[in-house]
Parts: sequence; C-alpha cells; structure tokens
Amino acid sequence: MPGMARAATTADAFNAVAEPRRRQILDLLAGGERPVNDLVAVLGMSQPQVSKHLRVLREVGAVDVREEGRQRLYRVDGRALKPIHDWVKDYERSWTERFERLDVVLEELEQEEESDAGDDQPHSDGDASRG
Amino acid sequence: MPATTSRTATVTLPADEQILITREFDAPRHLVYKAWTTPDLVKRWWHANRGTATICEIDLRVGGTWRYVMVTDDGFEVAFHGEYREIVPDERIVSTEIYEGMPDAEAVNTVTFTEAGGRTTLTILGQHASKEHRDAHIASGMEAGLQDALGLLEQVASSLR
Repeated sequence: MPGMARAATTADAFNAVAEPRRRQILDLLAGGERPVNDLVAVLGMSQPQVSKHLRVLREVGAVDVREEGRQRLYRVDGRALKPIHDWVKDYERSWTERFERLDVVLEELEQEEESDAGDDQPHSDGDASRG
Repeated sequence: MPATTSRTATVTLPADEQILITREFDAPRHLVYKAWTTPDLVKRWWHANRGTATICEIDLRVGGTWRYVMVTDDGFEVAFHGEYREIVPDERIVSTEIYEGMPDAEAVNTVTFTEAGGRTTLTILGQHASKEHRDAHIASGMEAGLQDALGLLEQVASSLR
C-alpha cells in the first residue's frame, strides 16, 4: 500500500479536516457522491492536488470511495466525522452557556450603572446627561 | 426586525494551533471588560452551568497571575491558571493559560473587546504550542462529560505516537 509512511500531521481525522481545502471537499461531498473530475472542476485545483487531499481524507476514514465502471466515486463517511463535530460542538456549547450567564451579569451591571447615574444627580437639572 | 444576533458562541479552528471564540454582547465594552476581570463576577458565569466556580483569583497587571478553579457536578476539580502579559483596559488582554490537568501545555490567549453601537464583540484567540495541545484543550472544556473528555484525551494522546 502506498502512503503508509504518511506525515504525522495528517494521521488523525482532526488534522485531516483542519486543512481548509479538505473541508471544502467534505462540504462538496456532503451534498452527494462525486467523481474526482467533478471536484477538480468545482475546486479549480489540479487533479493530483485533489487526489492527494482525498487520500488524506480516506486514510482517516472521513471519505469512502467506490468504483463504478471507470469512475471512482467519493462520498463522506459521517461516522469518522461525528467525533470531531461532537468534540468542537461540546466545547462551543460550554462557551455558549458561559456567555449566557455572562449576559445575565451584564444586564445587572447595566442596571446598576443606570441607578448609580441616577443617584449621582438627585437634583436633576433636566440636562444632566451631558457634563 | 433588526438582525438577530446569534447567542451561540462561534468556535473556529483557524490554524492547527489556534482556537478562535467569538460572541457579541448587548452591552458596552467597559461592562463586558468589568465582568471579565472582576473575580466575584467571573465566578458567576465562568462555570458554564457545569459545576461551581470555587476559586477565582485575578491580579490584573502585567506579570500578575490568575487562577480559576471549578468543581464539576460529578466532583471533579478543573483548574486553570496563567499570567498576564499585556493589558489595555476595556480593549485587550493577553495572558497565558495552563490547564492544570496538562501542565506542560501552555497557551497564550488574546481577548479583545470591540464596541459598535452599544454592543460589544468579544473574541478569544487561543494560541497553543502545538495542535495536540490545542486538541487536548478543547477536550478539557468538556467538563460535563468528563468521561468523554478523558476518552478523547486518550485518543489525542495515542495520536501523538
């Protein structure tokens, strides 16, 4: 098998999808099975470049290939990608929850600030908003 | 109707060693900054509903340190600490961050506060020493399902070989 001594940087699915071009390929394949030539045409890259990216994606199980006649058809294999999705999503969710709590704190700070401004000028002269 | 602001934190991985988190707040930036840098306030939001923030120390000056500790609902202690490297009040904070569960992995976080029309956009750019450290950091954020996190850490660790 060729490609056995692949670079360590592409050894896992997380790395494989970190490359923007490969994400683009995955996006295209998410819309349905496609042959390489199709990807070459849409991406405006050379066939060897596209093939290289596809090989990396195949090595981590992110895409699958099957032969049909003389064509090789590629498709996304969601099983390999789900952990990545879940992984970043959970991180995102934890920040979303953190920020929702921060929203509550901010709302209180704004109210405090408004009432402080009121306290500072108990005898409003009607034009107090500008010093 | 005004454009709806997403209440979801946006997390992207712009480069192998980076994590970028973005969120817009309906508040002026001096208040976002205040909520971000005042220990009693940080304690109220930082735990992300996944436990209780037990320690929040902030010595907000260049060279000063910070340390946040939280105990998850299932009893695990998760702690982070670091040092402030650059502080521009209401605008920008650069600090280091070490997840104490993985003390060799130091990240540098740049937090920016930008205000437009009374709303504040907060960005946190985490620069990690390596992709493996970044990935482990993302796994460390999963306090809720710590088992999953450990499983992932294991996965990440085995991918390092």
